Amino acid sequence: MSSQNNNQNASLLEVEELTMRFGGLLAVDSVALSIQEGQITSIIGPNGAGKTTVFNCLTGFYKPTAGSIRFKGEDIAGNKNHEISRKGIVRTFQHVRLFKNMTVLENLLVAQHRHINTNLLSGLLKTSSYRRTEQEALDHAAYWLERVDLADMANRDACNLAYGQQRRLEIARCMVTRPTLLMLDEPAAGLNPKETAELDELISDLRSNHNVSVLLIEHDMKLVMGISDYIYVINQGTPLAEGKPEDVSANDDVIKAYLGEA
Amino acid sequence: MTQSKAFNALIPAVLFLLLSIPLMGLQLNQGQIIPTVTLQDNSTLVGIAFSTGFIFLFQLVREKIPFNGSSISNLISSPAQRVPSLHKHDSFKKILTVLLIASLFIWPLFSSRGAVDLGIHILIYVLLGLGLNVVVGLAGLLDLGFVGFYAVGAYGYALLNQYFGLDFWTCLLFSGALAALFGFILGFPVLRLRGDYLAIVTLGFGEIIRILLNNWSGLTGGPNGIGQIPPATLFGIEFSRNASEGGTTFHELLGISYSGSHKVIFLYLIALVITLLTVWVINRLRNMPIGRAWEALREDDIACQSLGMNKTTIKLSAFTIGAMFAGLAGTLFAARMSHISPESFTFIESAMILAIVVLGGMGSQFGVILAAIIIASLPELVRDFEQYRMLMFGVMMVVMMAWRPQGLMPMKRPHIEMRKKELEERAHEAPEATNTRKAQAA
Repeated sequence: MSSQNNNQNASLLEVEELTMRFGGLLAVDSVALSIQEGQITSIIGPNGAGKTTVFNCLTGFYKPTAGSIRFKGEDIAGNKNHEISRKGIVRTFQHVRLFKNMTVLENLLVAQHRHINTNLLSGLLKTSSYRRTEQEALDHAAYWLERVDLADMANRDACNLAYGQQRRLEIARCMVTRPTLLMLDEPAAGLNPKETAELDELISDLRSNHNVSVLLIEHDMKLVMGISDYIYVINQGTPLAEGKPEDVSANDDVIKAYLGEA
Repeated sequence: MTQSKAFNALIPAVLFLLLSIPLMGLQLNQGQIIPTVTLQDNSTLVGIAFSTGFIFLFQLVREKIPFNGSSISNLISSPAQRVPSLHKHDSFKKILTVLLIASLFIWPLFSSRGAVDLGIHILIYVLLGLGLNVVVGLAGLLDLGFVGFYAVGAYGYALLNQYFGLDFWTCLLFSGALAALFGFILGFPVLRLRGDYLAIVTLGFGEIIRILLNNWSGLTGGPNGIGQIPPATLFGIEFSRNASEGGTTFHELLGISYSGSHKVIFLYLIALVITLLTVWVINRLRNMPIGRAWEALREDDIACQSLGMNKTTIKLSAFTIGAMFAGLAGTLFAARMSHISPESFTFIESAMILAIVVLGGMGSQFGVILAAIIIASLPELVRDFEQYRMLMFGVMMVVMMAWRPQGLMPMKRPHIEMRKKELEERAHEAPEATNTRKAQAA
């Protein structure tokens, strides 16, 4: 518990009063999040609650209408999304977005774009520094392929993988960029119970052994309640409740939002 | 399986037959008042029959030929027995490539001036195809105004030579750089565009350049174009009959009699070297981070950005590098024709180059080269059928798109071997990770 006390002083990601308006539609209204280092934080809520919109604001796909987003103390609201991901926030998508016609291994090499020597001349002439960084990227990719059980598929086209494998590849592709905060948008959607259990185990392992904090959107309540350290509930764009899994699952408002009033 | 294989092999053979009989097997007799069409002599027909048989057999056994190290059978077989062919056939492939390149260098010495000139023509199209392949095939940016950069390259040489008297080699560098600059400039307004919108803007750009060249008579000579563009020189040695003031000519230097084909062969060799260099450079680029980034942008630009890649630089680099090769091709074109005018750079040229890329197989270098050879040489080889040229072209495109939409030689994904040893060491370094997993699994 001592680590938690330390973390409370400096949270990894601090979101305040986040508001996103599309014309007359208020999609997200004054949402606040605080994500501690080394924790798994979840955002839940009914369909259309604005969870993915929050994700899109955090990762720079949308420029939030109002509010502040602080990552390691630095304000990143309104930054371009490639800049944000370079700072160490990497996400997956609700619908898998792999580079479908590239091989599994290439998917992981592309993701390490900025870690490889991208100087044109040194690449053309295969200088030693280029070969070294390229080999490092290859080894790093190999390690992660092994980790998500896709080593045998390395040279297959990504679109030929089974759906569960594609999900795992997408997570591996995020991990090779060496992120600090991994954001997963419904990673269990479309997975069977066995695959969901494996995912559960994978996420916990990423947190414990790979120094990454996780922000999760998920509808699978068994997964969310089992894995999360802290949960935020959003309903119709506004924060509804927050707390530890046991508090949230006992909260009357949350039950009402999910099941409707009797 | 065997039946469908035979059928699959039959299709290209029949296609070949359908195309070659009207294109090569018929003869137009124009001597009489009413031209008649007769069959060609027997040797041509036998040749067509043999070629058809060869295509059928080749398609039948194609999968067993370890081309590029990966065939369909490799994909299906178990992982344990995958990947054997790559290294085994490496040396064989190398020898074959060296022989092929050597023969490309030697053959003009033994053939006619017209054939070598056609060779230059084909090489120019190969260069254009390879350049557009970067933009369309790899980066997935549909560019319908590619001919604009070709025009920039050609006029770059013509104008720099006319006004500043610069020679071919200096202009080659300048034109390449100038076309690249134009590609870069075009890149900016289209950064936000995709698909159809991008195609329309690039189409407009190509037309703007052509119309500018056509109407800016003071600078470019308008529709009359620019003439008397000098051919290339070899370290100041000229290939003309009579040396200019203070110059030396090639035939005087070697003490041989003058022949007009010397300069054609020389330009062919230049074009060949540039093309080979281009093939090498693009091949390297494809396997470098920038090449992978282009392809990733084609596959999914949103995922690309979410992984920290800057869409702007990737797009601009594709436009710039593709345009540079078109600029080089343009300079060669100007040197070959010695007279250029805006009508050489109409939209139909852009469409032709795009057809080369699509026909060859998007992203595939070998396919694009093959398609460039076919598309650039066919009209020249069957001049007698000039009126039916576009008809043939249309039929070919329709048939190809219906039967083989992926192109003649679809792009092969590079097969990369991982170092297994390193992998095991890494696994030992992080045993706690595996242990936790095992524990949780149990």
